[in-house]
Amino acid sequence: MLDVLQGFVHELRGAGLPVSMTENLDAMRGVEHIDMGDREIVRAVLGATLVKQQRHRAAFDTVFDVYFSLFSPAADDRAALDLPDELFGGMSGDMSGGGAGGDLSREELAEMLLRALQSMDVDELRRLAGMAVSQFAGMEPGRPVGGTYYLYRTLRQLDLDDLSARMMGQAQERGQIPDDPLGERLAREEFEGRLRELRKLVEEEIRRRLVADRGVEAMARTLRKPLPEDVDFMHASRDEMIQLQRAIQPLTRLLAARLAQRRRRRHRGHLDFRRTVRASMAYGGVPAEPKFRRPHPSKPEIMVVADISGSVASFARFTLQFVHAMASQFSRVRSWVFIDGIDEVTRFFEGTDDISEAVHKVNTEADVVWVDGHSDYGHAFSVFHDRHEREVTQKSSVIFLGDARNNYHASQNWVLQSLQKRARHVYWLNPEPRGYWDTGDSIISEYAKYCDGVFECRNLRQLERFVTTIAEG
Amino acid sequence: MGDRFESVVDVVTRLRGVDYLADPNIAGVVYLADKLEKPVLVEGPAGVGKTELAKAIAQSTGARLIRLQCYEGLDEAKALYEWNYKKQLLRIQADREHETSWEVVESDIFSEQFLLTRPLLEAIRAEEPVVLLIDEVDRVEIETEALLLEVLSDFQVSIPELGTIVGRQRPIVVLTSNNTRELSEALKRRCLFLHIDYPEIERETEIVRVRVPEIDANLAEQVARVVRSVRELDLKKAPSISETIDWARTLIYLGRSEITPEVIGETLHVLLKYQSDIAKARKELVDSPGERKPGIASAKR
Repeated sequence: MLDVLQGFVHELRGAGLPVSMTENLDAMRGVEHIDMGDREIVRAVLGATLVKQQRHRAAFDTVFDVYFSLFSPAADDRAALDLPDELFGGMSGDMSGGGAGGDLSREELAEMLLRALQSMDVDELRRLAGMAVSQFAGMEPGRPVGGTYYLYRTLRQLDLDDLSARMMGQAQERGQIPDDPLGERLAREEFEGRLRELRKLVEEEIRRRLVADRGVEAMARTLRKPLPEDVDFMHASRDEMIQLQRAIQPLTRLLAARLAQRRRRRHRGHLDFRRTVRASMAYGGVPAEPKFRRPHPSKPEIMVVADISGSVASFARFTLQFVHAMASQFSRVRSWVFIDGIDEVTRFFEGTDDISEAVHKVNTEADVVWVDGHSDYGHAFSVFHDRHEREVTQKSSVIFLGDARNNYHASQNWVLQSLQKRARHVYWLNPEPRGYWDTGDSIISEYAKYCDGVFECRNLRQLERFVTTIAEG
Repeated sequence: MGDRFESVVDVVTRLRGVDYLADPNIAGVVYLADKLEKPVLVEGPAGVGKTELAKAIAQSTGARLIRLQCYEGLDEAKALYEWNYKKQLLRIQADREHETSWEVVESDIFSEQFLLTRPLLEAIRAEEPVVLLIDEVDRVEIETEALLLEVLSDFQVSIPELGTIVGRQRPIVVLTSNNTRELSEALKRRCLFLHIDYPEIERETEIVRVRVPEIDANLAEQVARVVRSVRELDLKKAPSISETIDWARTLIYLGRSEITPEVIGETLHVLLKYQSDIAKARKELVDSPGERKPGIASAKR
């Protein structure tokens, strides 16, 4: 058992979770007190001792499922013992193949699933999920594909949408749900929840078989996913996007609290002459007790100019969201978005607390296309300069967001030169890895000449670091 | 090693006995906290029963609950101990006539009877079983957090005039945090971590039934389902368990036995506290419950 646990901890560290020595020891002491047969309790104990941040929990759960998958209740105990043959029995798509329940047709299986879903009989569902995987996933030993592929193949055959519709239909026929929109909505959510459960069971089953085939460590490595703060903006999948979305709000709150606290504690301000003289009266006019003004927190004004063309759209969206969520830390936040035309979008963010809604409006309502809807930094910047040059002052930090891929248009980098003279700082955030800069039509160094800093900004961690620097002035 | 609970199942049954329904995760961590004698750091959205958990543990083990409510500016004098300055002064004044030497006076005024114990010291010195609840620990400054470290890891404090006071027993310690700031690594390392989230429908239904005994099973389930639906919306502040319970009570007082869009419309303000949230939920559930935004919890992919 200790070996498994050490491998487990090793894998957690490999996935980027900070697990300290003490925590490791705690986990080992912890499992001595519990019944290793109960998987959920083992999960609780290991989770409580090894993971100290909720946002790492998903990564922990993945690793846990892999390492302890062989302990999980198997669809069919016989199959679990008798590994290779049984597991890969029902071959790809071929309905007549051997293996558990191989002679059921797709319709029959769907019918049985439907019944199990209606009564929410988890054991039965698990058994059926196992059958479905044998039949539809077409798993082959040693084949180097990820679990997602098998999952996709299985789920496509099961046709969850159809199941959902049929569940609704049958429930309605039997009058189990009230015949009004609200009842329908609740029922639908309920059924979707059940289907998610089924999906989870199928995933579990696939994972179990893959682990049996390839071994725990290899499997854990293939499933390793970046932590939310390390997800690359440019290549985030839909699920990762949702995760990022959720991570942003708490992150900005934490950051704002930290900055506010640091600002408060920073050294005292200038000498307050009037109050010092007043205090000196008590000592016969000797200024024995100097008084100081409260420090005036200098909050920079932020002007964000973001490229929102296809390739970098998601990066721009997160950064805008992040910066506007931190608005209390700055005296003012203004933002512009451009592709080849440019439009100010501050209005969407002001007077609303729903920042994701505002970002949605930016994407749909901002007027950013001038000629053909391909990025033209040069044109956008010169328009920005004409309209807003005067508004840039010693208090403003101007931040440009984009990959500087200019489609071989003129760079017009004199705009940045002129802005740099007026502004407190000019920064550039580039979502591309540093190695790609200045390759192809990227002309980042043309602009970098006139920036106070150019930063690679590929994930939340880098974004957070940048925002801390500017907010501290 | 603590022996307040025999097994994880025992934790569940005993917490249930005081109307706290623990899921396997909560119960497992509580059991472990007792066995390993480590404090538990409980995190989660407001109103999911973090503080309630500490109270329930105290009640189910027959221990006294000692609570330290944290706030910004909390210091040693308020958390740990303080000398009773006024009483010391009186003691010195009362001594004037007797010409006692300073040594005698000093050893006298820095003795236990002039010590004002604050929650942490009180918990350490307690003879009877106690549960120590350090509530909203994320509100104190990082410096004050350091003060907790000695207490949490060794369960002792050093008072210069009296020496080190070691706890006579190891109570269960529960810290709660709303996660308004990141707690220090050092503190987290010393604790077991427990995240409590909004409960599943079945558990929430049960909670409602336990807390509002006069409700019938059907309505309780409907309440839980509507609340889940509301939580799926993108809100500033999703309804907490306590708000669910309040809502269930409201429905009982109003004599509703079924939830219709109209009933939701009338009572939504019990569940949600922001005007923008109420408007959004009203739009979604009352005006057009049939439509829904694509993408929310889509079962497919």
